[in-house]
Amino acid sequence: MRRSASPGVRGWAVRLGVTVVAVFAATGCGGTDDTSGAAPSPAPSASSDSATFAVRDPWIKAADKGMTAAFGTLVNDTGTEVTITGVSTAVSPMEVHEMTMKDGRMVMQPKTGGITIKAGGSHVLEPGGDHLMLMDLREPVRAGDELTFTLTFADGKTIDFTAVAKPFTGAEESYDPRSGMPMTPGPGMTMSPAP
Amino acid sequence: MSRRRLLTGGALGVGGAVAGAAAGVAATAAGHRSPAPAPVDPGAATTVGTDVVPFHGPRQAGIATDPQAHAAFVAFTLHRGVDRAALGRLMRLLTDDAVRLAQGRAPLADTEPELAVLPARLTITFGFGPDLYAAAGRDDRRPPSVTELPVFGIDRLQPAWSGGDLLLQICADDPLTVTHAQRMLVKDARPFATVRWVQRGFRRSRGAQADGHTQRNVMGQLDGTANPRPGTAAFERSVWTGDGPDWLRDGSTLVLRRIRAELETWDKLGRTDKELAVGRRLDTGAPLSGRHEQDEPDFSALDEAGLPVMPDFAHVTRARVMDDRLKILRRPYNYDGAPDPAGRADSGLIFAAYQADITRQYLPIQRRLAERDLLNDWITPIGSAVFAIPPGCGPDGWIGEQVLG
Repeated sequence: MRRSASPGVRGWAVRLGVTVVAVFAATGCGGTDDTSGAAPSPAPSASSDSATFAVRDPWIKAADKGMTAAFGTLVNDTGTEVTITGVSTAVSPMEVHEMTMKDGRMVMQPKTGGITIKAGGSHVLEPGGDHLMLMDLREPVRAGDELTFTLTFADGKTIDFTAVAKPFTGAEESYDPRSGMPMTPGPGMTMSPAP
Repeated sequence: MSRRRLLTGGALGVGGAVAGAAAGVAATAAGHRSPAPAPVDPGAATTVGTDVVPFHGPRQAGIATDPQAHAAFVAFTLHRGVDRAALGRLMRLLTDDAVRLAQGRAPLADTEPELAVLPARLTITFGFGPDLYAAAGRDDRRPPSVTELPVFGIDRLQPAWSGGDLLLQICADDPLTVTHAQRMLVKDARPFATVRWVQRGFRRSRGAQADGHTQRNVMGQLDGTANPRPGTAAFERSVWTGDGPDWLRDGSTLVLRRIRAELETWDKLGRTDKELAVGRRLDTGAPLSGRHEQDEPDFSALDEAGLPVMPDFAHVTRARVMDDRLKILRRPYNYDGAPDPAGRADSGLIFAAYQADITRQYLPIQRRLAERDLLNDWITPIGSAVFAIPPGCGPDGWIGEQVLG
């Protein structure tokens, strides 16, 4: 630990910026079939900090079993439009989901065509909106656990990111029973946080 | 050098609170791209809402920080079976929440992110109770003086206000900021622990008086005049652990006492008797032997009758500490519950005392007070808890990593 004097205005802001980029670099460059560590889509420069795709503020709802979901903000700084077509993690099969209004109530369903994010754009995954769904946990996701996820892009490239599990009582969306998924319909996301 | 200059210099030198405040605002405006709501414009007249106290550093914030106007002290009891690994997960979650909240950013999974945008010098200070170390299998890392206090004859302790395995001291100059921070932190703690007690307290609003003023308690007394001043060698020696292994160095200890003010009987005293009980003037806070608040009490001064001007039984006389290393930092907050149907007040002091070593510094003072302090007739300790204050952490670390890592 450093014993540093209080940084000045500029120093603080700069350091914050560096920290943010470092986090993205650490979590956003783990592509399994992209050993260069560059962005999943053609990027201006692999060495440029700004030319990355990142998941900012990722988190997952802690759950003992059944379903849960991961959230965060997808930030596309690659200079090229990208589409996320899939997501995976070790503890559960996963799907990319959206929320939609059916018969007067909000239900979730697989998001056809994935999530497309324009160059320089971002996309928020949040309770009540698009999210990354863990369909059936093989082991509890406890509060404070960190899970690694792999996003797959339309061109087949992938990146990894790590999300922390938060106790959260919202996001109890019900699954659309007519979407043809082999899941138990109803309040499948009723979960209690695991210690 | 005037006292004002001294105080200002101290604040800059120690906490960097003033410089950090400006920095935090700048960072929020320039570097922040979160979908969270835009910062509220507090108006040109004040930065009370947007001022930031840096979270990271070798020592935890909220101790050398000039006391904010509002505080919540939240104590938890760990669930049975919460071990070192679980405590690590808990403290990582809480540290991340505290970092974001202190910067005026919403924590992850905040359902009310609009409530996070005005940090108002928010500090969140973590304390570890004696049993937390045992739960973690790390009792060898417990500061030895962090153990249950001996029983004092004046105590009327209630379990509802006593003990605790984990403490959050949440301070800010805005009560809604404290409320929101408390809500977020409690939500993240509850898979691991139950809420044991919460004590909400207040001082004068920021801006009502100059920063660095000595606060007044509900009995009307100036409270904290003899405190060591941040930025001085006396403060360094009395508040912080200066050496030892990394789980002790730059840490501190906290004794938290809930002290009921017996306002009904206090009201029956005349002003002169009140001043004799304390040893200070009520209006200026000057010792009875002096003229100004900061005058050193003269315990040898005699009046015309040959009696000590500073009575032997006065609170100031009993509590006095001449050796800087044996002083304590009093960082108290007032509490004020609802009066009972007969109109009798439920008011008093949340007495927060910080010191490097409870046995060496706090206990001798408390023993002298318990044995013969005239003020005991009008105050009653009804709650008591002790906590270790682990060191601070850097941007890649978390509070408690030296103990639990």
